[in-house]
Amino acid sequence: MQTKNNRPLSPHLTIYRPQITSMLSISHRASGVLLALAAVLLVWWLSALAVGPEYFATVQGVLGSGLGRIVLFFVSLAVFYHLCNGIRHLVWDTVHGFELEAVHRGGWIVVAAAVVLTVAVWSAAYLWRA
Amino acid sequence: MGGDVESYKTPVGRVQGLGSAKSGFRHWWGQRVTAVALVPLVLWLGFGLAVYGSADYEAARAWVAGPVTAVLWIVALAAALYHAALGLQVVIEDYVDGDGMKVVAILAAQAFCILLAVGGIIAVLRIVLGG
Repeated sequence: MQTKNNRPLSPHLTIYRPQITSMLSISHRASGVLLALAAVLLVWWLSALAVGPEYFATVQGVLGSGLGRIVLFFVSLAVFYHLCNGIRHLVWDTVHGFELEAVHRGGWIVVAAAVVLTVAVWSAAYLWRA
Repeated sequence: MGGDVESYKTPVGRVQGLGSAKSGFRHWWGQRVTAVALVPLVLWLGFGLAVYGSADYEAARAWVAGPVTAVLWIVALAAALYHAALGLQVVIEDYVDGDGMKVVAILAAQAFCILLAVGGIIAVLRIVLGG
């Protein structure tokens, strides 16, 4: 909407001091958008599996390359961050955990859990690859 | 609202169909239902892909084609991409300027999610049927 707007604006992210609360909030959105884009890779892998062994090998070659692994690492981190912070949102939906101390504690638990799950899934990938 | 017919409705019944877009509750609820379903589904899919993502062709195909895994794959694809469409809509509504652009962006996001969901589900069915 292009109407003239003289109302005060809320402080921008660049002005506000970064805090765990605001950073995790915007990260939830950013990781969600990233995951929607990463769904292309998931469906690409799946389609290759449906098409045949040669094309599947090509896709595995791309996803398993150095750059592919770096991209997949950040996608996996985004998956587990969005998953854990999503659970935090579901807890908030029950009107629990809104005290400032609980919000901060929950935030750090989410960060730690996302890192642990990411390490676990990559350990599984290297240890139990079928 | 004592004695009012409205009071016989549950809180959910009272807000259904209300909101500025007349469908706000449905959007909000759909986001939560898919979120809860996706907690176990994403954990299963994440670790499944860790093990079978780099597996050889036959092993990966056997995993996806399993009677339980094929169903979980289809449910996960549908839930994840419906959740994505709802989430992208909220982000677009907040950050895209202008009503026209907003509608175009939301429709584009929904088309993106529907194409990926249908494409993914067809791939699972082809794997199951051995096509």
